[in-house]
Amino acid sequence: MAVATPPQSIEEQRSWEGNLDQLRGLVSERAITGETMLLNMGPHHPSTHGVLRLLLELDGEQIVSCLPDVGFLHTGIEKSVEDKSYEKALPLTDRMDYLSPMSNNMAYAAAVEKLLDLDVPERGQIIRVVCLELARCASHLVWLGTHAIDMGAMSVLLYAFRERERILGMFEMLSGQRMMSSYIRPGGVWRDVPDDFLPTLKQFLIDFPGKVDDYEALLTQNPIWKDRAQGVGVIEPDVALAYGLTGPALRGSGVNWDLRKAQPYSGYETYDFNVPLGEHGDVYDRYLIRIQEFRESMKILNQAVERLERVTGPYRSENRKYCPPLRSELGQSMEAVIHHFKLWTYGYDAPDEEIYNAIESPRGEIGCYIHGTGGNKPRRVHFKTPSFIHISALPVMAKGYLLADMVAIIGSVDIVLGDCDR
Amino acid sequence: MEIPAARDPVAAVREAFGEALLHVKEFRGETTLVLEAERTPEALDFLRVSPGLVYNMLSDVSAVDYYPNDYGERFDGGALGFRPERFGVSYHVLSMLYNRRLRLKTFAAEEDPRLPTATVVWPAANWLEREIADLMGIVFEGHPDPRRLLMPEDWHGHPHRRDYPLGKETVAFSFNEAEIRKHKPFATN
Repeated sequence: MAVATPPQSIEEQRSWEGNLDQLRGLVSERAITGETMLLNMGPHHPSTHGVLRLLLELDGEQIVSCLPDVGFLHTGIEKSVEDKSYEKALPLTDRMDYLSPMSNNMAYAAAVEKLLDLDVPERGQIIRVVCLELARCASHLVWLGTHAIDMGAMSVLLYAFRERERILGMFEMLSGQRMMSSYIRPGGVWRDVPDDFLPTLKQFLIDFPGKVDDYEALLTQNPIWKDRAQGVGVIEPDVALAYGLTGPALRGSGVNWDLRKAQPYSGYETYDFNVPLGEHGDVYDRYLIRIQEFRESMKILNQAVERLERVTGPYRSENRKYCPPLRSELGQSMEAVIHHFKLWTYGYDAPDEEIYNAIESPRGEIGCYIHGTGGNKPRRVHFKTPSFIHISALPVMAKGYLLADMVAIIGSVDIVLGDCDR
Repeated sequence: MEIPAARDPVAAVREAFGEALLHVKEFRGETTLVLEAERTPEALDFLRVSPGLVYNMLSDVSAVDYYPNDYGERFDGGALGFRPERFGVSYHVLSMLYNRRLRLKTFAAEEDPRLPTATVVWPAANWLEREIADLMGIVFEGHPDPRRLLMPEDWHGHPHRRDYPLGKETVAFSFNEAEIRKHKPFATN
């Protein structure tokens, strides 16, 4: 298929309109003849969870084909990272998947640690697990609220955001920021948990399981919810694998794959938790999995709280070539001042090698590919983000279902457009 | 069902592809196989279906630009039997059965960079390759949908190349559109 030549002048630009020839081969021949209808859904449709445009080909109400159009939120994060030292690039990763910035921080920090061969002390790893599981809950709460409101259940959104507010409050305690936390950094975390954090977290762990039961009481056996969700957006396991789906979208099809179990990082192998699996690969199973993941996260958090009380020690690496010294050292040690200055002006060198490291975010596998230059800036950083992969698989999931089901399918794969476009 | 014993991917690929396997590299426990560009889709399919390998998921496709021209020397200290080109494209595959990853790397020339598409083997490669074609300017031959993915379709240039300067783009509204277009590379007046 030929690519359309972009307009070469202002006049051409003004008069240039996309024509159907561009879509030949991408939509069916019936759309070219006008037998089926082409309909734009988005980029301002509230159910597309951001700025996603779907070009739907409809036969009556049935979806014949679907062409996702992304890039509206493309901010060139990967390009900007190339111009910053490794430490300074971290805040940019917050802005990719803005519903779980901690997971992005972790993906990037873990990749840099792998490139540098840097170890994280035990307490740092436990704090990371706490952050990651809280981020998973916060992200799933937004998903639950918006997914439910898309399908017509209004009240769940308010309840979900009420609990999310408490998690964001805890993030503010840790990092000073509710959302763009930049808390997990290469080598550990920014600082130790403050004194009032653990009591707040414990109270949350007491309250939250009851709230999850409340959500389930509203939705799980609700006949309208079941009618909308069961048997919709089915994706078979082998197709899901071929399209590279990960996270709850893959586990909904019954594939037992969770990087926290399979390729553990940050000490996940020492926690006791289960990986919920679905059977049918439909919207309802993906919903059930995320609800169960709330409970599994609670299990992990309870174990982590117990360890946080027990384990003391440094919360970030003691390797002063890669991690800044404590503030308290700066007044006493000349060496600490030198390290501090060197780290915040130049950063550190990383080898001219490439690595790929992946972690399990609330949405699926976030992979971070870093190619160093041997200097203090990377040659290339690429984020393989779950939303990107999941949107590319939307056409397969949507084919043959009704237009109204599209909203349910988009909600069930839990996409974030900042994550997709970067 | 009995699971066949895991095979060493390096030995298996060397046996099947011989001379096309140009280089093998280990770093931080990750294995990189450098292959001739023409054989890459075939190798991905081989890795996907062969018993004892079963790399059943394509995790990522990422491209790197070795500009300026130090790419020949910098990749593994220049101790190579082949000359690396400017663009490197890595296919990261994952075997869930044996719980391991593998990187297949191939190079594309500076002049008219072209690679065969892996979309025939992996539907997941469709968008990942479109992203590379858009941002790095590598043409994937036989790709079913070669439109730009992230950048606007009238964009000139490929922003992720190392010789593309980091700049900014003013947001175009109807009131300032003409002003912005005046500064575009294609502006004539």
